[in-house]
Amino acid sequence: MKAEILDKLKTLAESAKYDVSCASSGTTRKSIPGGIGNTAGWGICHSFTEDGRCVSLLKIMLTNYCIYDCAYCINRRSNDLKRATFAVEELVELTIEFYRRNYIEGLFLSSGVINTPDYTMERMVRVIKELRTIHRFNGYIHMKSIPGASQQLVHEAGLYADRLSVNIEIPTEQNLKMLAPEKDHESVYKPMLYIQQGVLESAEERAKHRSAPRFAPAGQSTQMIIGATDETDKQILFTSAALYNRPSMKRVYYSGYIPVNSYDSRLPSLKQAPLVRENRLYQADWLLRFYEFKVDEIVDDKNPDLDLEIDPKLAWALRNPHHFPVDINKAEYSMILRVPGIGVKSAKLIVMSRRYNKLKSADLKKMGIVLKKAQYFITCNELAVQNVSDSSPEYVRRVLTEKKLLKGKENPNQLSLSFD
Amino acid sequence: MTIFHYDKTFEGLLTAVFDAYNRKTFPDRLLAIDEPNPLFVAEMFIVVTDEDKSKRVWKGLEKKLAHNTCNMITYAWLSELQGSDELIFRYIQKTFDNKQSIETNFADDDVLQLKKLAQKVNHERHRLIELVRFQKAADDIFFAPVSPDHNSLPLTLDHFTDRFADQKWVIYDTRRNYGFYYDLKTVTEMTLDNTDLFPKGKLDENLMAEDEKLYQELWKGYFKAMTIKERINLKLQRQHLPKRYWKYLTEKQ
Repeated sequence: MKAEILDKLKTLAESAKYDVSCASSGTTRKSIPGGIGNTAGWGICHSFTEDGRCVSLLKIMLTNYCIYDCAYCINRRSNDLKRATFAVEELVELTIEFYRRNYIEGLFLSSGVINTPDYTMERMVRVIKELRTIHRFNGYIHMKSIPGASQQLVHEAGLYADRLSVNIEIPTEQNLKMLAPEKDHESVYKPMLYIQQGVLESAEERAKHRSAPRFAPAGQSTQMIIGATDETDKQILFTSAALYNRPSMKRVYYSGYIPVNSYDSRLPSLKQAPLVRENRLYQADWLLRFYEFKVDEIVDDKNPDLDLEIDPKLAWALRNPHHFPVDINKAEYSMILRVPGIGVKSAKLIVMSRRYNKLKSADLKKMGIVLKKAQYFITCNELAVQNVSDSSPEYVRRVLTEKKLLKGKENPNQLSLSFD
Repeated sequence: MTIFHYDKTFEGLLTAVFDAYNRKTFPDRLLAIDEPNPLFVAEMFIVVTDEDKSKRVWKGLEKKLAHNTCNMITYAWLSELQGSDELIFRYIQKTFDNKQSIETNFADDDVLQLKKLAQKVNHERHRLIELVRFQKAADDIFFAPVSPDHNSLPLTLDHFTDRFADQKWVIYDTRRNYGFYYDLKTVTEMTLDNTDLFPKGKLDENLMAEDEKLYQELWKGYFKAMTIKERINLKLQRQHLPKRYWKYLTEKQ
């Protein structure tokens, strides 16, 4: 069994790794007598690969055979690729033995589509059902729901999985049709709706009696590929914002397109994955979820794409200088949160500490506020730096981006100071 | 300068607080019993650790502080960093001297520093929870060596006993030469006489369970296969996974 299993594991990990979702958060569950494991609500990473991404769950495919031929996917049927399929027992045993050694938080099960969506989904459900019921595995399980799968199977999956997800992959339907003619958005949104229904129904049932079964307690997530098609950041972020409005949607992931099938002429030829853009999209996503921003404040018709040079919060502040400077000692929490250089944690520290004394810039610095950025947008007791409304957004932008260029290497020829 | 000498235990530190209020003199420095005095000493006092006194101080703290803040003090103590005891002393003194709670006054340097120190230890606790790697021994005990910077291993026991309730395990701090053994019922502290059992962090192959080597190979193979070559970013990897942890990581051995 040994060599064969190692081979399968490698092949099916290679096929699964382009799915970026990694979270193991959202469910807190204590251990059960006779069971293995628990889950921690905040999620635990167990390792980090050389690309800096975390390994939290055993991210693996049940099989990488697939009937579809999606242009962006490494497992498309026209690719000449090593193919493999796990037997249910093999995967169950791997999960448990890895878990016992503290390698992983649980299983993230995905699969290529064989025969029909329902046929595939049924086999996936069998794995997680066996894990939960026969082996009493109590760790985290994230399962992909196959687009086009029936409501009944989605429902069964939700009884065993902590999180379910269906990937949108391409933000607009028209482009999806171009790259994956066999798919449409309906086949994605339908299972999403099934999951949402399951979550809401279960919550209602559990409000009546505690013993009602939980359904995907960690909700659902999805992923969009960035840079394979011509969508603007506005289209992407408006899609995300609409998804976050749904009750069970916890995370939208963005995956910078990696040219896995560079021969396909429908795809752009990229030298490098759009990693900066991906990063800016995540920052914008954070603004939506934790900084009380509305999506049309981040992108609009005038600025359909995020600024790659500066982060979206700074970009918003520079577009709206009339909101600044913010008085650290008086302003509301929500306004302090909007100052570039102040994060959620420091904003909370500020609001708590200012009840004792007036805060000075030295205090802010010690608390971990990035004064380099924040100084242009705040006033506190003594600060006398030119702020954004005294000077101009252009000036602040120049100063802040200039510094980045100088960082690291000293420039012996440098004399200039910026006068304005 | 006022100097207190004490036995460098947490109970000793709390006793020192008690004695200081009793004597109405407060130490500028806290030294170990055998540490030499600095040049100019105005007053010197040797604290005799007393369980009753320390309990009374702790109870007083529990009355004045949130549960979470009391935990922070414990965490800061476990950092074992130089000066952390003096910081805790000042923090306790400020707590007792102020009518209003000082807990959220982060403009006060001691309050902020205590929080930061506790965070550091908590961060390491979290790292241990992530990075402990068990190796299954022939007698079915799962064994993991660790060497944390702070004494944070005891803080992880709740997590590990709940998660791995149905397997026997040992987690051993090789730096402080002590560890904990879980026998399916309770956790007991233990010290190994012979630490040569795991040269370079790996269990001796004769002691490994039959399938242990296989699973280590599988894990290594999986770990390697997960890397996306187009995105290699070693700096980011090291940021999350500092090199000092690598020696006990199966996938990095």
